[in-house]
Amino acid sequence: MAYSEKVIDHYSNPRNIGTLNKESKTVGTGLVGAPECGDVMRLQIEVEEATGLIKDAKFKTFGCGSAIASSSLATEWLKGKTVDEALTIDNMDIVEELALPPVKIHCSVLAEDAIRTAINDYRIKQGLEPIESDKKHY
Amino acid sequence: MSTAQGKVKLPIYLDNSSTTPVDPRVLETMVPYFTNVFGNAASRNHSFGWSAEDAVDTARDQIASLIGSSAKEIIFTSGATESNNLAIKGVFEMYAQNGNHIISVETEHKAVIDTCLHVEKLGAEITFLKVNEKGLINLDELKAAIKPNTILISIMYANNEIGVIQPIREIAEIAKQAGVLFHTDATQAVGKIPVDVIADGIHLMSFTAHKMYGPKGVGALYVRRKNPRVKVTAQIDGGGHERGMRSGTLNVPGIVGFGKAAELCEQDMEKDTARVGALRDRLEAELTTIEESYVNGSIEHRLPHVANISFTYVEGEGLMMGVKDLAVSSGSACTSASLEPSYVLKALGLDDELAHSSLRFGLSRFTTDEEIDFAIECVKTAVYKLRDMSPLWEMFKDGIDLKKIEWQEH
Repeated sequence: MAYSEKVIDHYSNPRNIGTLNKESKTVGTGLVGAPECGDVMRLQIEVEEATGLIKDAKFKTFGCGSAIASSSLATEWLKGKTVDEALTIDNMDIVEELALPPVKIHCSVLAEDAIRTAINDYRIKQGLEPIESDKKHY
Repeated sequence: MSTAQGKVKLPIYLDNSSTTPVDPRVLETMVPYFTNVFGNAASRNHSFGWSAEDAVDTARDQIASLIGSSAKEIIFTSGATESNNLAIKGVFEMYAQNGNHIISVETEHKAVIDTCLHVEKLGAEITFLKVNEKGLINLDELKAAIKPNTILISIMYANNEIGVIQPIREIAEIAKQAGVLFHTDATQAVGKIPVDVIADGIHLMSFTAHKMYGPKGVGALYVRRKNPRVKVTAQIDGGGHERGMRSGTLNVPGIVGFGKAAELCEQDMEKDTARVGALRDRLEAELTTIEESYVNGSIEHRLPHVANISFTYVEGEGLMMGVKDLAVSSGSACTSASLEPSYVLKALGLDDELAHSSLRFGLSRFTTDEEIDFAIECVKTAVYKLRDMSPLWEMFKDGIDLKKIEWQEH
């Protein structure tokens, strides 16, 4: 399959690979996917408590080039956003930015799930209710 | 990769178990048979036909010499898939009065498995033997599977994915004792390791030119004529070519190339095996220095030019993208969105592992030292890079049991 230039760029030079301290109260972690399905993403955010801004984001992904690129792109987009703004990132924005073919749309869905799961993990640590997603993916 | 890159042409072809390039010496021999000597080998009335027939006879001798048969026992086909079809369907039809049971193995090529499943629909009874974690069959299980209605044992010489060589002589002895015919798909073995149909006790054998530096589109079925005299019912009817077992005008240039390829393999086998085997061993030794990597299949009973290596906690498609400068074959042993799990690797029990992907390397007489250097560096770089970004690898290193995690499947 032919990958887009942006996917190849993220695969070759992934942004923000790494691990944040998942025990920290200001860090939210989202681990989504399953090894049996061929994709596992872990996305982490670190929130600056005074401003509510995401000051750092890290990922590690087991998966194909599109899965790696989707999570790498997500970390780029997360940095500097507020938690509420981060929740507006839509998987179709990722599809568009990376020119993912239809068979790879699930990679973008996984990235969106990872963002949401990380934010909810952070919210729970902060004593807030997790946000239910009403979005339906096909 | 900077050191090796300058010297090699990319991508590097390491998929010779799929097909080999035609040796220039083979091509040279073939060329006149397209234009000058273009006759139909079945034309008995003029010199064009006689010349073509002479060329086919020479090729038959060259091929027979490689496998230790007589020239008359070589039936030309379009390739090993057709040979496997002819052997299995042909025996099933020809020996219907003796029984309908066929024994084969779950790691066979699809050309054997699907042919068995086809005759099963026509009333055959099929037993697929299992293999152990090394890819080898159990001879006692073979003996136990033989029944009064068994007519054929079809077991491959060497496997196309992992290169594992089955105990052919022991299988042949069991078949002989039971009075059952023995067919072997020797596509991967002929031309690479010594194969002798008499010493090995083979009754029918499929093989093809394009895995041994000959052209695509031509293969052969060896059909034994003595002790016992074996017959198969033709699956392609027509002019009665090839002793009535396979009609159709012979592919003279292809057959000439097949013959030359066989001659070169016989002549160079020792030399090629020593050199290519050493390259394979070096590739494998280097790649298994990668932590949590392992060789699939028996190391002891294996073709010299094949290596199949798994790397844990690395996803197959991601790995293929990382080794895009290598033309290799990948089989993900776990179910991934786009890579089919390999049924051969699953048969070895690899599906028990949580996550890994495998690369199959097939070397050839044209593979160079520099290409292997490059391949080693390329695979190492890709695996290390992907593990650096693999959450599963991090968990494994932290001592977390991945099987105990509740994964959120989607």
